Amino acid sequence: MTTSTAETTRTESASAAKKPGFWKRVFHLWPVKLVILIIIIIWIIPTVGVLISSFRPPDAVNANGWWTVFSNLGSNEWTLSNYSDVLTSEGFGNSFLNSLSVTIPATVMPITIAAFAAYGFAWMDFPGRQWLFVVVVALLVIPLQMALIPLLRLYTTINLNGTFPAVWLAHTGFGLPLAIYLLRNYIGSLPSSMMESASIDGATPFETFTKLVVPLSVPVLASFAIFQFLWVWNDLLIALVFLGGEPDVRVVTLALNNLNGSRGQAWHLLTAGAFITMALPLVVFLSLQRYFVRGLTAGSVKG
Amino acid sequence: MPDIDEAALGVEKTRPIKPIRKGPGPNLLTQLMRIGVSLVVPVLAFGILYWAGTVLLDENANRLVVVLMALIIGVLGVFALFYGMNWLVMRLPERYRHFVLPFVFVGPALVLLSVFLVYPTVVTVKLSFQNNLGEGFVGWDNYVDIFTDPGTLEALRNSFLWVIIVPAFAVGVGLLFAVLADKLGSKGEAFSKSFIFMPMAISFVGASIVWRFIYNFRPEGFGEQIGLFNGIWTGLGFEPVAWLLQEPWNNLYLMVILVWLQVGFAMVILSAGIKSVPSDIIEAARIDGAKEVQVFWRVIIPSISSTLVVVLTTIVITVWKVFDIVYVMTSGEFGTSVVAERMVTEFFTFGNEGRGAALAVVLLVAITPLMVLNVRRFQAQEAQR
Repeated sequence: MTTSTAETTRTESASAAKKPGFWKRVFHLWPVKLVILIIIIIWIIPTVGVLISSFRPPDAVNANGWWTVFSNLGSNEWTLSNYSDVLTSEGFGNSFLNSLSVTIPATVMPITIAAFAAYGFAWMDFPGRQWLFVVVVALLVIPLQMALIPLLRLYTTINLNGTFPAVWLAHTGFGLPLAIYLLRNYIGSLPSSMMESASIDGATPFETFTKLVVPLSVPVLASFAIFQFLWVWNDLLIALVFLGGEPDVRVVTLALNNLNGSRGQAWHLLTAGAFITMALPLVVFLSLQRYFVRGLTAGSVKG
Repeated sequence: MPDIDEAALGVEKTRPIKPIRKGPGPNLLTQLMRIGVSLVVPVLAFGILYWAGTVLLDENANRLVVVLMALIIGVLGVFALFYGMNWLVMRLPERYRHFVLPFVFVGPALVLLSVFLVYPTVVTVKLSFQNNLGEGFVGWDNYVDIFTDPGTLEALRNSFLWVIIVPAFAVGVGLLFAVLADKLGSKGEAFSKSFIFMPMAISFVGASIVWRFIYNFRPEGFGEQIGLFNGIWTGLGFEPVAWLLQEPWNNLYLMVILVWLQVGFAMVILSAGIKSVPSDIIEAARIDGAKEVQVFWRVIIPSISSTLVVVLTTIVITVWKVFDIVYVMTSGEFGTSVVAERMVTEFFTFGNEGRGAALAVVLLVAITPLMVLNVRRFQAQEAQR
């Protein structure tokens, strides 16, 4: 999280830690460490079980629990066939691409529109500026369920139901309040002297925005991008209602839900499928943890 | 990590650059232009998307082409539309330009918010007073139904239980872990924390499958137990249990999933709050002879109370809206339905538009106090500027 401070304290603690013996350091604060260890183990066991099962042959998964692999180490068989089955015959490969087709535009579009709006709200004067932004804050918590029936009717009348743009637009609309809120607070905190000197130098608001504000806002843009990406990728409800479960459009969460419905006891497939849906979010999470945490923290008001 | 209310949200001074007012104030023409520029980006973008979505996809285009095209429209298309609008407005006479230009920036967002949030909310409220086909007006009948029908009453009861139990456990465990991890070195702290909030990256559907596997049940004589809970349970010498069918306890077993997902969120934010408590206050308390437990309850907890409220309200909102977990695990059967899930079932499975809409309104009413709290908090922040 805070890398710079983490690095300085790390060197300090490394030099300080040389003095007491190794065992003394390990057992220092041992009750605290024990509780932490227990919580961590409880927290990762579910995921570990799924990961192990997804690599076991179907017969083995059905014959005994995944934890038995630890008692007969060496005699376990491992396979990738669960993954190839799920990716091809169960259609997860296609769904993975569908999820990308949904997620990328549904992440980029709200960011672009919200960044312009955030600049407008922060640095431009127009009637209703204050109360319109209060409305945006209020809209943060509107439950999705409120919008389902009217939007479905609207989409049906204009024949948009079951297409990618229907989902892109829905996610854009629902993602906008949080995006505007976060970006406006960040962009509004940029020094006003900078904006003034830009306008004195003859820059139009549009130039100020593209050449000054956007490059300076990269951290908050990245935070929101990750947040929205995970939100859209992990969404089930919007995809279920506006996109549907047809094999040619269904996203990974729906594919997993359908597999759960049709082959509810085929655990070798379900575990592999579950891991495929988790893979990309986990990579994003592990590689961009810092931004992810910041987005999460700042996004704590998302409705 | 900075404190959420202040630095992370970047609440600082915002002074809009006043346009140089020349000539007459806004007249009808400027108002029309404002509305016009607000509409251009959404309408044109919609047109392009519509064309892309219906024409290209009908011909079974290559998925990669679709992804690429989506990217191009998403990034370049929308930006180009903004650019075009700006170009046009900059060519207006100056007395119009200053009044219209802000709407090039905020207009598209306002239009989208109106179409996707404000308009549907109004319609849903109206639908909740109409019959199940969305015709005529039936007064409060749908609401009377909700509070008398056993199915919806069960959903309401369960939602109340969820809203009390899940936030309590998520915040409790999250706070415990944040406090304990704070005592480790920074390296160990970051390392141990990442295990706890890793589930935040997992979808509700994925988490549900993970936990369905844990709750898996096989009747005796149908092979070894492969679900972890029954594995432990039978290992202790008990009969295997069909956990998800045990009313009313199955509700608790579903709540465990959301707690598992949300503890990381609570932990990260509370940890940031704890770190922002000035260390000299804590030191002073220790010098005065306070024990660690007293320091925690009398110094740390009061100092992070506002952060606690933020975390609690956020999780409460998430819990009210939980749909996926119940839908995937039990489809709301065996006495496990909740309001957000029941709303979807009423509408899509039973075709009850009126009752579905009324349930959505109940959800909105339940969340409204938290919305008011949010707005108040925001206005307090603004006032501090």
